[in-house]
Amino acid sequence: MTFLSYLIQGISLGSIYAIIALGYTMVYGIAKMLNFAHGDVIMVGGYMCFFATSGLRGNFPDGSVAQTVVPGLAGLLLAMAVCTLLGVTIERLAYKPLRQAPSLAVLITAIGVSYFLQNGAQVLWTSNPKVCTSVIGRGAITLGGLSISHVILLTVAMCVVIMVALTWFTGNTRMGKAMRACSEDKAAAQLMGINVDATISMTFAIGSALAAVAGVLFTSAYPTLMPTTGALPGIKAFTAAVFGGIGSIPGAMLGGILLGVIETFAKGYISTQVSDAIVFAVLIIILLVKPAGLLGKRIPEKV
Amino acid sequence: MKRMTKKNRANFLTYGGVILAYLLIRVYDGTVGLSSMIQGLLVPICAYVTMALALNLVVGVSGELSLGHAGFMSVGAFSGTAAAIALQNAIPLAPLRLAVAMAIGAAFAALAGFLIGIPVLRLNGDYLAIVTLAFGEIIKSVFNNLYVGLDAKGFHFSFLNDTVSSRLGAGGKLLIGGPMGISGIKIISSFTAGIILVLLTLVIIFNLVNSRAGRAIMAARDNRIAAESVGVNVTKYKMMAFVTSAALAGAAGGLYTMSLSTVVANKFDFNTSILILVFVVLGGMGNMWGSILSASFLTLLPELLRKFNLDQYRMLVYAIVLIIVMVVTNSPFLQQLVENVTGRFKKEAPAEAEEGGEGNG
Amino acid sequence: MKKFLALLLALTMVLALAACANNGGNSTPSEAPSAAPLETPSEAPAENPAEGATAAFKLGGTGPLTGGAAIYGLAAQHGAEIAVEEINAQGGVQFELNYQDDTHDAEKAVTAYNTLKDWGMQISLGSVTSKPCEATAAKNFEDRIFALTPSASSTAVTEGKDNVFQMCFMDPNQGSASAQYIFDQKLGEKIAVIWKNDDVYSKGIRDTFVEKSGELGLEIVSETTFADGNDTDFNVQLTDAKNAGADLVFLPMYYTPASLILSQANAMGYAPKWFGVDGMDGILTLEGFDTSLAEGVMLLTPFNADATDEKTQSFVTKYQDKFGEVPNQFAADAYDCVYAYAQALEAAGATPDMSAEELNDLMIAQFTSMTFDGLTGESMTWDTNGAVTKAPKGMVIQDGAYVGM
Repeated sequence: MTFLSYLIQGISLGSIYAIIALGYTMVYGIAKMLNFAHGDVIMVGGYMCFFATSGLRGNFPDGSVAQTVVPGLAGLLLAMAVCTLLGVTIERLAYKPLRQAPSLAVLITAIGVSYFLQNGAQVLWTSNPKVCTSVIGRGAITLGGLSISHVILLTVAMCVVIMVALTWFTGNTRMGKAMRACSEDKAAAQLMGINVDATISMTFAIGSALAAVAGVLFTSAYPTLMPTTGALPGIKAFTAAVFGGIGSIPGAMLGGILLGVIETFAKGYISTQVSDAIVFAVLIIILLVKPAGLLGKRIPEKV
Repeated sequence: MKRMTKKNRANFLTYGGVILAYLLIRVYDGTVGLSSMIQGLLVPICAYVTMALALNLVVGVSGELSLGHAGFMSVGAFSGTAAAIALQNAIPLAPLRLAVAMAIGAAFAALAGFLIGIPVLRLNGDYLAIVTLAFGEIIKSVFNNLYVGLDAKGFHFSFLNDTVSSRLGAGGKLLIGGPMGISGIKIISSFTAGIILVLLTLVIIFNLVNSRAGRAIMAARDNRIAAESVGVNVTKYKMMAFVTSAALAGAAGGLYTMSLSTVVANKFDFNTSILILVFVVLGGMGNMWGSILSASFLTLLPELLRKFNLDQYRMLVYAIVLIIVMVVTNSPFLQQLVENVTGRFKKEAPAEAEEGGEGNG
Repeated sequence: MKKFLALLLALTMVLALAACANNGGNSTPSEAPSAAPLETPSEAPAENPAEGATAAFKLGGTGPLTGGAAIYGLAAQHGAEIAVEEINAQGGVQFELNYQDDTHDAEKAVTAYNTLKDWGMQISLGSVTSKPCEATAAKNFEDRIFALTPSASSTAVTEGKDNVFQMCFMDPNQGSASAQYIFDQKLGEKIAVIWKNDDVYSKGIRDTFVEKSGELGLEIVSETTFADGNDTDFNVQLTDAKNAGADLVFLPMYYTPASLILSQANAMGYAPKWFGVDGMDGILTLEGFDTSLAEGVMLLTPFNADATDEKTQSFVTKYQDKFGEVPNQFAADAYDCVYAYAQALEAAGATPDMSAEELNDLMIAQFTSMTFDGLTGESMTWDTNGAVTKAPKGMVIQDGAYVGM
């Protein structure tokens, strides 16, 4: 019984990592950059959701279905709109001028953006934590003594839906194909008449919208919001993306869930004190056995 | 031959610059007087400069992105500082004790670098980066759970739980207290010691880079397969750079910690690793002089911003400056401008910064 | 690239020189811009005799004003600001307050401290958080500048330093007081402890709590930890406590993780008794927090924003008007620090033209002998180690408010 409850807790934690990792892997796959500011975009999404729900909640009768659903949806839409705008603006101002620069220069700029968002959030919204009322409600279903909260069910479902949608999008639409082309070879894609700049901007728009969804779900599961809330889930999700094979969409999902499960088991059965060390040790072992991650493509070295 | 001498001259200019800066600061301090704030920052700046140089050896020269270098700093800081406390009576002379402690820190960090290097250097690019990040986090976690005590019978160790305190004999003392870190450190680091460490680091790095091994390291960076095909043992040379860098980082960690009276494992986290990486990238990869300047500048910047009473806007301004500097230094327009201005010298001194740009191939 | 670096160097030099030349950058413009005000603190009033009447004691403190721990630093800064305003308005002892950011880091704290020293700090509020305060306290001791920290509670802060004092309880006292309280009131038999494994504050309390529980025969059935970067998901820790049958969970931590623990325990239907420490104070005023989750939480805290006495009420109202938030314990501690200074300086007959060292000796004599009534306790006294003696108030949360136990 303990085992099952740990497993469910692991999957729920992992699905949160997975949903963040999807955005990470998407941007990495196409723009070939580690967007360290991704976690902070999630934080902004969380704050947007907080403002929408706390602002609208009072307009509905207590306990009604509308009181949960309407502010929740509004929060999600506001978060997606703001984050998409933010993501595209960041891309335009900070990353686009560095298109030709070495990849490390872009990485450092992303870190600058991450500092900027964290400190900007502190100035705008103070460092006092805010508690976001869950957009989903605190209920849970019970299956033979095991309780699974609605948040977890919704997160897992969203994760699968987003994964399938992204896979379909990159595989079947015109824009998706352009993205894959850019990911393979930007110069060649340009020669084929693909607008590389527009494609990368689009990638950031999608990635940031995903970050907004992740932000809303993250704050529903872990409601206390601070300007630094996004930083560490961001790193964990990055780890998850590498775990699954960075650039691979199903890999991000698998990596995220596995990471969550391993972390929970390490905490539950070995020691809460060194659980992080254990997670990272497993990551190292996996990468040594499969150097491109679980589902990553091993690109042969060209001579 | 001609190129070699040019390079040597550039190296001597770097040594000269560091010594000159040292003398200028000393003279300024002796005549006008430095503010306490700047005085307090001198040793941390030396430590950060050493860290930046050490990381530049891995990222710029060897072409491997390491996101966990603060881990080596941590190993050096904890082992070196614990050694300094243990040797307090054995070596009463503070500068000598500092030197021995830093050497011990460097040795432990080198050992850690070797052990970590074995798996890490088999990987490439971003996967290597994430594994170094993972090791950095593991080192942090280990020091957060490690207890080391010292009494007449020698060292006592324990992990996870503090069983050391109860086992210590009379006069014994807990050196490393898990999450409490080390407290009550005697401040024995000095600016002079810091500058000596920076100079020593430069000597080691320049000699390595200009040796047969250094050329092999750079050949492996530029094209691993080509280097292997001409019989270069890539792993061996990469390991050489990695271990050297780890040892230097360890010495810097010792210097840093012994300039403060307290240290905790969380200081050497991912953010610190990233901070050092920022120094290296801003200074130009493979460009040692650039690392020295950018580490000094970026350490001073947020402190100098205090003067403007920005309060909570201070770090926001720092972030904006960082982004603008990255965008401006990499803008094609500015690079063109620099090229035009320095065009005459272009043939003689190719910009080293661009050489190591794409180190992930 | 090289050109740009040269430019950076030049800029750094200019800024550095500006910083050196302008030592008193933060002070009032009327002060003579002497190159080294610290060496000649007594000269300033002599040069400006007109200023003698309104001269103020330079009071400096460091704390995290940015970054993840900023709530604590900002609260202390705000609390001290209000106290300074009130005291200055009364016309007696005058203060000039300067808070510098240390981002909860020892190195930055020393830099912040040195900045204050350059400014001419005469008496110090130490640092807000423990580890940075250990570093600045060593400096205080070395420079003979008296320090009274509002909230740095680890023992290493005051250990071996005759001029560093604390306004808050020392961590070990809290741990043993909590265990004693639980034992005396028979609150629980099987106890679980969740603590933060990379935090001096949490670890300090946990150590003495566990030790004291052992002495008293309280059974600790589950002990789990969390750390930075792993402080959002507490399901495993709670499952462990629940499976072990713990009927009381001790939470030596600040209120941010505690709020998450309470909501996750609620979601999994686990409802033991909760027992917190002073860091838990502030949980009720978290914006958006469902206070029903904290129903029945017990804590030992020296300050209570809901208290009905006039002093607390006036402080809370002023704080809310000025900063739009309900003050927490950090703000109250810092507020008390400034008032304790005012009382001590008045009693010692100190004047702002005294050097930091003279004030240091006067303050040591005063603090070890005086009794102080503040927001965070009545008739507080200090021993020669700098530790405060005040009675912790046992509180329980009922209907979203503290009620004395």
